[in-house]
Formats: sequence, C-alpha cells, structure tokens
Amino acid sequence: MNAWPFVAAAYAVTLIASAVIAGWSYVAMRRAERAVERLPRR
Amino acid sequence: MHALANPTRFLKLARPLTTLFAVLGTLLIAYGCYAGLVLSPPDYRQGDSARILYVHVPAAWLALGGWSGIALASVAQLVWRHPLAGVSARAIALPGAMFAAICLATGSIWGRPTWGTWWEWDGRMTSMLVLLFLYIGYIALAANGSERGSVSRATAIFGLLGAINLPIIKYSVTWFQTLHQGPSITLRGSSIAPELLWPLAYTVAGFTLLFAAIVLMRMRAILATAKVEARLARLVAA
Repeated sequence: MNAWPFVAAAYAVTLIASAVIAGWSYVAMRRAERAVERLPRR
Repeated sequence: MHALANPTRFLKLARPLTTLFAVLGTLLIAYGCYAGLVLSPPDYRQGDSARILYVHVPAAWLALGGWSGIALASVAQLVWRHPLAGVSARAIALPGAMFAAICLATGSIWGRPTWGTWWEWDGRMTSMLVLLFLYIGYIALAANGSERGSVSRATAIFGLLGAINLPIIKYSVTWFQTLHQGPSITLRGSSIAPELLWPLAYTVAGFTLLFAAIVLMRMRAILATAKVEARLARLVAA
C-alpha cells in the first residue's frame, strides 16, 4: 500500500488545524484588545 | 508564580513572549516537518507511514500536557486562589481539545496503512477519546459561571478530577491487550533509531511553543474581555 496519501493527509490535518486555532486565537485577542483601547478614559 | 498574579505584570511579560513563541514555534515546525518528510529515512518495517510520528506524537504530548496544565491551574485556583489560574485553565482548554482531536485523527490515518483499520476500541484510543470528551465538557462548563475571566469552583474541581484519565492513557498500552504499540520513548531511553528520532525533537519543541503562544493569546483575549465587561458594568452602575 502506498503510504504517502496517508502521510500527506496526517500532515495536512495537523498543519491546517494548528493554523486555524492560532489564527482564530490571534483574531480574538486583537478584537478584545482593540475593545479595551476604545474604552472611555476614567 | 505569585509574582505573575498581577494581570498588568503578566501582560507586560506575555506581549513579547507571544510573538517570540509564535515565530520560533512556526520555524521549528517548518524545519521539523521538512526533516520528517524529506531528510529522515523510511522505517524498515512501517516504511513511509512512520513519518506520521512527527505530527502524531507532538499532538498527543500537547493533549496530555494541556490537561496537566488545567489540573495544575485548578489546584492553584482552589488552594491559593491565584487570580490568573482560572484564566490560564480556560485558555488551555480549546487548544488542548484541538490537539486531542488532531492526535485521534492522525492516529486513525496512521492506523489504516499500518494495522488495516481506521479505528479500534483499544485502551489507548478509547482513553484518548475520553480525554477529548473531557475537554469538551470542560469548555462547556467554563463557558458558564465564569467571573472576571476565570472559571467556577465546580469547573476547577472537574479539571482536577479529569486528571485521573492521564495515567490511564499513559499506562493503557501496558495494562490492556492493545493494538497500539507500547511506549517507544521512556525516561530510560528510546527504542526508535536515532536517525528517525531527531526530527521529532524539532516538531515537539515547535508545536509546544506554538501551543504556548496560543494559550498566551487566549489569556490576553480573556483578560481584555473581562476588563471591558467590568468597565461597562461600572459605567451602567454609575
């Protein structure tokens, strides 16, 4: 059995899922920190 | 650890570390994957399918390490009432769940060419699936009853009790008759040939740094959201 399609699928799953969670976390962080910057000064 | 109890002090340290961990982690992952796919030789028994090791093992390590982090943070919250403990546990839960899912998916993909099956209800795979469900339960619990970005006492107790599953996962291949291979890397050494093993150090280090960057980003998001909510609550009350 040619193992390369399985290897490619495993790497694709890992790298795409890691990129998605990292990107999602970055966007959530930037959005939340921008909301703090927009808060009225006391 | 108590020196970081002040969120302002924590954020001062977290901001540069987030970028450093993310950049260094990405570079190590890139080189580790290149080494695993191109530079390392195929395994003499499993052939090229053994290359899945370089993404499967870091995912398993981070899924287990993530819950260990949740359990330690739960202790810090319950015993010392550390103000950032609940925040860090909440921040770990989602990437921990993601890496548990990646571990199960890559394990399943590895199982098809190696064992001839996508899934088997053996000790290791079943206990790993239980860990994924524990993460999902923790995320659901943490979404409710959080205060100033932290988690409730019940959620912290759940985080602590869930750690019972960690030694079950670790020793499942020793305790049960299982399709999954026994431990290849122990404190006494490794049964994997050095020429196959070295790229694993890069991917483990790389994914660990990326995981740390993700946790820091999520902690910063939780703290910022809590700050906005607290300020808005004060404005409404005034």
